[in-house]
Amino acid sequence: MIAAGNPDVKTARRPQEGGRRFPLHWIGALPFLVYVGLFLLLPTVIVVVGAFAGKDGPTLSNITDLNQGFVVNAFVSSLLISTASAVVGAVAGALLAYAVATGNPRGVLRRVVSSACGVLAQFGGVTLAFAFIATIGSVGFIRLWLQDRGLDIFANGVWLTELPGLVLVYTYFQIPLMVLVFLPALDGIRPQWREATESLGGGTWHYWRYVAGPLLAPAFLGATLLLFANAFSAYATAAALISQGNPIVPIAISNFLTSETGRSNPGLAQALALGMVVIVAIVMTLYALLQRRTSRWLR
Amino acid sequence: MTRARRLRLRVFRVIVLVLGGAFFLIPIGAMFEFSTRGNHVGAPRTLDAWTTIVTYPDLLGAIRDSLGLAAITSVAMVVLLLPTMIWVRLRLPRLKRTIEFLCLLPLTIPAIVLVVGLSPVYRWMAINLVDTIFLLSFAYVILVLPFAYRALDAGLSAIDVKTLSEAARSLGAGWGTVMFRVIAPNMSGALLNACLLSVALVLGEFTFANLLSYLNLQVEIFQLGLANAGTSIAVSVASLMFAFILLVILSFFGRARARVAPERAGLPFPGAAGGGLR
Repeated sequence: MIAAGNPDVKTARRPQEGGRRFPLHWIGALPFLVYVGLFLLLPTVIVVVGAFAGKDGPTLSNITDLNQGFVVNAFVSSLLISTASAVVGAVAGALLAYAVATGNPRGVLRRVVSSACGVLAQFGGVTLAFAFIATIGSVGFIRLWLQDRGLDIFANGVWLTELPGLVLVYTYFQIPLMVLVFLPALDGIRPQWREATESLGGGTWHYWRYVAGPLLAPAFLGATLLLFANAFSAYATAAALISQGNPIVPIAISNFLTSETGRSNPGLAQALALGMVVIVAIVMTLYALLQRRTSRWLR
Repeated sequence: MTRARRLRLRVFRVIVLVLGGAFFLIPIGAMFEFSTRGNHVGAPRTLDAWTTIVTYPDLLGAIRDSLGLAAITSVAMVVLLLPTMIWVRLRLPRLKRTIEFLCLLPLTIPAIVLVVGLSPVYRWMAINLVDTIFLLSFAYVILVLPFAYRALDAGLSAIDVKTLSEAARSLGAGWGTVMFRVIAPNMSGALLNACLLSVALVLGEFTFANLLSYLNLQVEIFQLGLANAGTSIAVSVASLMFAFILLVILSFFGRARARVAPERAGLPFPGAAGGGLR
């Protein structure tokens, strides 16, 4: 792409010799830039500015309001769910990716799994919540089946609509995402490295501990961060699944945004949204750094 | 590889793939099972939940609205994005990075944050312009931008945009002709990819519609679920199948057309942090 860019640069500059044609170029990109400005950048600015705006001028009250018990709880719940589902998803996804990567690279299995993961990684929202309600909800298929065999998975309450249930449901899109992100890293591993380890007298443990492990670690950590951000931003699945109490941050935001609950508070919603942006930005920056490190040897 | 290790690897692969397959297939199967279940356990199989779909006019209206949104979003996305991408390639290569960054930005901004920022914009539009569900298309174009950009970028990289446009221009074609009658037909596969992805995303979208108080398909399914779980699950199964079919068609096109690996061609690329579906 870089190589192809060079000749383009020349063509782009040629008309400049005419002098007055230069501004016309920019008009071509203007509709897109205006559109993105209005519907992507303006909302972001509204969130950032709104978080610091009060009825009469700038204020920090929205930010200081974040220091309330239930807001802190929402952030803690969100962080817990995101971490748990990211770690579970990353481990399970890495195992699945390894199972696929050790097979035939052009085989049917690999094609099916990567296509399925592409679809499932996008799966979510109401449909996903319903799928789990139909599976292990109080009248779900697996739940009834187990109940017939004297096993009550909800003996201690219906945890599906609580935080643990959310973690389980989130892994449904986290694992496929992990497979998609981690498979290229596993493909970068060469069989020669294993042979080299063996020729030096190392066993399976040595290989994973000193060769493959350290090489895959940045990719694995990066993917886990991506999964974290993915779970942290999710709203629709939680909204469809969680009934009330213990809201996570996106649900808390939606409660402050809609006036139905009578607690509409756009300023606080914007402050919470800003908090989410800050956390996602930190995580994605770390992800980008790890990504850069991974790409050093991954070709 | 020693024989013992090969055996161990094979056992590991079988176990992981079987467990994975079960985890991903059972919930989908359970939805089918649930939607054909009678009113009490042990009742015979019935298609009641499916046949009652047509007795909910609100639901049919929501299906129609969501299909309309999908169509408007796809057209608007192509009209907005394709000329810009071609133009940037030909005339403003300096802007390519910026455009790419802007297009991928919605992946990192959580959908809920965008909704918070967009709600004043939508309130203004509803008061000063016209209050219709189709206003959602404005936000949906932003939502599909990353996926559409990747699909179109793969298509544009596979053809020689510069030669095609110079040839057309030298024969007296205007820019409109170059874009929509010369370049677009040469990347029909990528265009189809971008449109199918947009349709799949819009049909599954819940966050924007729910929080901006519009009743699209997913919001209607959700509300119906509180009253009639069987029917709402039947509709979810139907919409899911529809999206799957779209994505399967897409993955075939991705493979046939582009020289890139299928997982990179058109399918939603990893990094879907803010994906509107969730």
